[in-house]
Amino acid sequence: MTATRTRTVKTIKIDVDKCNGCRACEIICSSFHATPRYSSINPARARIRVIREPLQDVYLPVFAGEYTAAECAGRDKYTIDGKEYDECAFCRAACPSRDLFKEPDSKLPLKCDMCESDPTLDVPWCVKWCLAEALIYVEREEEGEPAAAVEDLDIGLVAIANVHGWPKVLDAVNRMAKKT
Amino acid sequence: MRYAETGFNLEIDLTRGSIQRVASDQRLTALHLGGLGTNARMLWDLIPPEVEPFSPDNVLVFGTGLLAGTPAPGTNRTVVSAISPQTKLFAFSMMGGFWGPELKHAGYDKVIIRGKSPELVYLWIHDDKVELRDAAHLRGLGTMESQEVIRQELEQPGAAVASIGLAGENRVFFASIEQGRSSASRLGMGAVMGDKNLKAIAVRGTKDLNIARPAEFMRLCNEALQYIKVREKNPIKGVMPILAGLGSPAEMAVHDEQWHTENFVWGNARHRRKGFWTEDIQQKWTNTMDTMRTRLLSCHNCPMKCGASIAVDTRFCSYMMKCFSKLTYTMGAMSDLDFGLRIAQKATEHGVDAFTAPQTMAFAIELLEDGILSEKDFPGMPADSEGRFYYLLDKIVRREGIGDVLADGTHWAGERIGNGAPAYAHNNIRKHEQLPLKLGMLNPVYFLMYATGEKASITQIEGGFPQMPFPTRAENEAFTADWHHVPDDRFKRWFEDWELRGENSNPLYPTAEIASEIVHWQEMMHYIDDSTGMCAGLSSFPLKPPFQIHNLPALIGAGAGLDLDEAGLVHLTARNRTLVRANNIRRGLKRADEKPPDDHWKKRFPELEKKLLDEYYAFKGWNEEGVPTRESLHKLDLDYVADDLEKRGILKAPGAAPARPAAHDGGAP
Repeated sequence: MTATRTRTVKTIKIDVDKCNGCRACEIICSSFHATPRYSSINPARARIRVIREPLQDVYLPVFAGEYTAAECAGRDKYTIDGKEYDECAFCRAACPSRDLFKEPDSKLPLKCDMCESDPTLDVPWCVKWCLAEALIYVEREEEGEPAAAVEDLDIGLVAIANVHGWPKVLDAVNRMAKKT
Repeated sequence: MRYAETGFNLEIDLTRGSIQRVASDQRLTALHLGGLGTNARMLWDLIPPEVEPFSPDNVLVFGTGLLAGTPAPGTNRTVVSAISPQTKLFAFSMMGGFWGPELKHAGYDKVIIRGKSPELVYLWIHDDKVELRDAAHLRGLGTMESQEVIRQELEQPGAAVASIGLAGENRVFFASIEQGRSSASRLGMGAVMGDKNLKAIAVRGTKDLNIARPAEFMRLCNEALQYIKVREKNPIKGVMPILAGLGSPAEMAVHDEQWHTENFVWGNARHRRKGFWTEDIQQKWTNTMDTMRTRLLSCHNCPMKCGASIAVDTRFCSYMMKCFSKLTYTMGAMSDLDFGLRIAQKATEHGVDAFTAPQTMAFAIELLEDGILSEKDFPGMPADSEGRFYYLLDKIVRREGIGDVLADGTHWAGERIGNGAPAYAHNNIRKHEQLPLKLGMLNPVYFLMYATGEKASITQIEGGFPQMPFPTRAENEAFTADWHHVPDDRFKRWFEDWELRGENSNPLYPTAEIASEIVHWQEMMHYIDDSTGMCAGLSSFPLKPPFQIHNLPALIGAGAGLDLDEAGLVHLTARNRTLVRANNIRRGLKRADEKPPDDHWKKRFPELEKKLLDEYYAFKGWNEEGVPTRESLHKLDLDYVADDLEKRGILKAPGAAPARPAAHDGGAP
């Protein structure tokens, strides 16, 4: 019998009615994730984006989730309280069907990491900078299998392979290894 | 590496259809920062004083503020400059929204537009790809409509688009440039854009913007946000609602309009309606706002909600409104808020300035009522006030019939109509329509601000110092207790000493010396904001703002990598302010132009006013004609300005024969 463990799930609750459309979340996100930290800003690199359709009164902050290599076969459009949300609006995935949540130059996928850092922050930066309180940080305990720790290098390689395919990556690694 | 700015401008010649990406001179950043400062330098260098507003040689500059697009809250503004068709002077009209930061991320600080396109075009800037595109299909479309069409045809939902409407295309002197959430409305920049046959500029940028000293910069940003939270929970007591909090101002969130409706004047800036604000009206207007306002909105990276989505005959949003445009049409037409919000939707689509447009329409109605214009001038005009305003708006933006005359604004329309009409254009400074406000007793600080503000808009110069004292000295002292925003403690004493009635009251107090200092400080804060792209609503406009003279030097320095202390920023700002003035002086601005409307205050004091102006000019280092002296220009590294003004005979050259021989000359042995 496998022992289950309690783990902490971190999430951001989004109240779209409170969003004032200022995009401070995008700005502080890209600033925090810059190297060196805070040295540059670029909303196109942000792991949270405000989807905006001003004339529909749609202001929808979405934060980046998992990368997916394939597009969805069928896509959804939602109509909520009379407002039509574009297909993919609520989806958090970086996927081949759109530019969202990809590094603008490398096209590598971006994912929200809840501003993981040392020392740990009490709340992610986007939440802290959302004075409108449209973003609320929530932690809850869940029973489940703890995920095996994955090395940073592995995560990076998988991300690159997802974009270029393993054969190309292996080719490149072999080629570069010969040079060293 | 360049910090906060990109180091590149786009230079567009519409006559030739050429597009160039040009590196900017970093030394100009150190001298002028960006935004208004570098715009003023550019127009000084590029536009000789004889150039007319509607000449291909007029240069239209969209200049982002130095800090625009950085994480500093409220830094999102773009200064649009050209020679104004209305004042024929140097104009700077500003807009917030999202356009400026988007341009920075595309890799440019300014877009500089010269010449005149043979066909209607729009400019599409997408990072390194920049192109002029045909805009024939956008002719006559509204500003919001154009923005939507452009975003859809480019398949770029994230593009920021600044566009003109019918008013700009038809060169209405008070045409605005609209970009959805925000607009550059004052002084007719939309008309200059229309004259150049440029319908819109769409921008999408995905590049990085760099910060010089990130840790220090972020500390200051976080402190400001923390301060905003505390300040919002502690509104200032005893002032009108929009001055209690922060913002530019947060007029969209306020229901209590007693102050504006009873103290500002209605119609053609004539009628004060004391007792207007009844419980009935309050109920009705609150209901209008609650029904039509669907969301409070902010500009790029700002927590203040000064704007709103307004829904006219639709459920969600038909346009976005901000600031005092909420009431200008309502009060001009002597109508109600429902009408004001409805007509503003059409006016925003057509792209007109919400200060000048309703004033001009009310001016026309008054001329009709007084028999200077006749029914024949208004064929087919409805009889009701609201109907007349819709009719006039349509005539003006199409320049049809009397609309062609009114499209030049009240000053020039008055001149063209003649027959006593100029006297009806009574609410202007430098030929530019003012807020509809008529008061009793002259306030020396406001006298100087109205008279000398280069932009001729009081909201762009007033700010940190309260408009009037509190009823008691104890309340004044309570106000100054946490007033660390002032340059030094003398300002606190001056305010504490100010009285509503008695020895230290208007018009003799604040004295000319004190008033000069107060005006100088308030103006300086605006000039800092206008060059950094910081919104006045978090800095120069409200009482006790998060950004002030003691923390801005560090913020600008850390963001842009400049070695800037308080004295340095004060000096630099004086340079920018003087250069803006020099542009106007070279174009013929005279002391005689520096006066508030004759009827702005009931009680006027010609001798005191002369003294105020004399003292203020001297304080600024200007001669008695208001021309900066060579000595003061030299101190500000503006010798090239002094040379030019001397060459033109505006300043007397040293060693030149005095204009009038001194009395003893003839009797010398």
